[in-house]
Amino acid sequence: MVVGKEITEKLHQMVDRDLTFMHICGTHEAAIARTGLRSVLPKRLKIVMGPGCPVCITPQGEIDAALELVKMGCIIATYGDLLRVPGSIGSLESCGGDVRVVQGVHKAVEIAERTDKEVVFISVGFETTAPTVAASLLTNPPENFSILSCHRLVPPAMKWLLQQGEAALHGFILPGHVCTVMGYHEYEEFPVPQVVAGFEAEDILLGLLMLVEQVKEGTHRVDNAYPRAVTHDGNRKAQDLMYRVFEPSDVEWRGFPVIPQSGLRLRQQFVQYDAQKKFKLQFKHISKDTACICDRVLRGIAEPADCKLYGKVCTPRTPVGPCMVSHEGACKIWHLYNIRHS
Amino acid sequence: MCIAIPAEVIEIKEGNIGVVDFGDLKQEIRLDLVDVEVGEFVLIHVGFAIQKMSREEGLETRSLFREVYSAMDQKPPVTL
Ligand code: SF4
Repeated sequence: MVVGKEITEKLHQMVDRDLTFMHICGTHEAAIARTGLRSVLPKRLKIVMGPGCPVCITPQGEIDAALELVKMGCIIATYGDLLRVPGSIGSLESCGGDVRVVQGVHKAVEIAERTDKEVVFISVGFETTAPTVAASLLTNPPENFSILSCHRLVPPAMKWLLQQGEAALHGFILPGHVCTVMGYHEYEEFPVPQVVAGFEAEDILLGLLMLVEQVKEGTHRVDNAYPRAVTHDGNRKAQDLMYRVFEPSDVEWRGFPVIPQSGLRLRQQFVQYDAQKKFKLQFKHISKDTACICDRVLRGIAEPADCKLYGKVCTPRTPVGPCMVSHEGACKIWHLYNIRHS
Repeated sequence: MCIAIPAEVIEIKEGNIGVVDFGDLKQEIRLDLVDVEVGEFVLIHVGFAIQKMSREEGLETRSLFREVYSAMDQKPPVTL
């Protein structure tokens, strides 16, 4: 790789210990895999992907709840990425119900405006996406519209990872698009080196260099290596709308236990749009019964190639776990670029 | 899901609707989350403008994102 040669050389000079940094963003993983960036890094410097794929971290119980809604005769609208995620019995794609792929929540509202049937939007996504849903709910959608809120917030998951210590992380590359909306002020409370990085190979290398510098200085702060797109405060308007409609709640993530205040549920004023209440759904905890190791991949302690099923039984056409379904899933990305080991 | 692409706002309509230009495609999007004017660049995610950005940054990152996403998706990423 010609780009970033100087930064790469600098990294080789500086890294004198084992370091593991985590990123939390499917687009970062795709950029890293595409440029073969891991192959030019010092041997002792490792980048792992964390829980950065909203579809992947949606637990099976929530997929099952969506399938339950199909059985009740609801029209389901959601993003294409969610269709093939396996539930306990089948997926949204194979369930035979009226399931429609939409560009965003506003298109799901349009479907509801044209029918008398119940329309439920399966609302996944981090802080990048939740404000779009909030904005739509503030436009007074019709009564036959509701959402199944599967939203998740990134900082509480980071906090869990840090407290738990299983992945022995030395720093984080913060999720670019989440920070575009949220800024990075929320991350300043974490006592660990962090950097906001862009998506060019050079941007990522620069981010890594800043992390290594922090480690060697023995300090921690949030460096912004992507000031062109990310500011300290982010998009305040989007944040305000999000918290006007939603409030944090305790929820489970796939691969994680219940993480306090890491989900978003609708506030009381918007309860009529809450599909979980409207249709009296319980999210059940499902223990997995396959050899899929998505849970460990999402916690950053395993990589796709560690999975016995990777590329054999499990491929994008025959996905066993969600990480092989979503475009942002580590397994799907690795498979696309034919990666065998980092 | 977290995919986002820069585009230029070329028209603002009633009801927080805008028309943006992705370079090879024009599309209606929602402007509920940003206060923008025609000619400004925004980052588009699931049919909504989620943040403003400079024209320079918009043009620079657009081609990069396009490459990354089209490989991920094998179809034009803006439909996501
Ligand atoms: S390769 Fe398939 S089965 Fe293995 S962890 Fe990834 S999604 Fe799960």
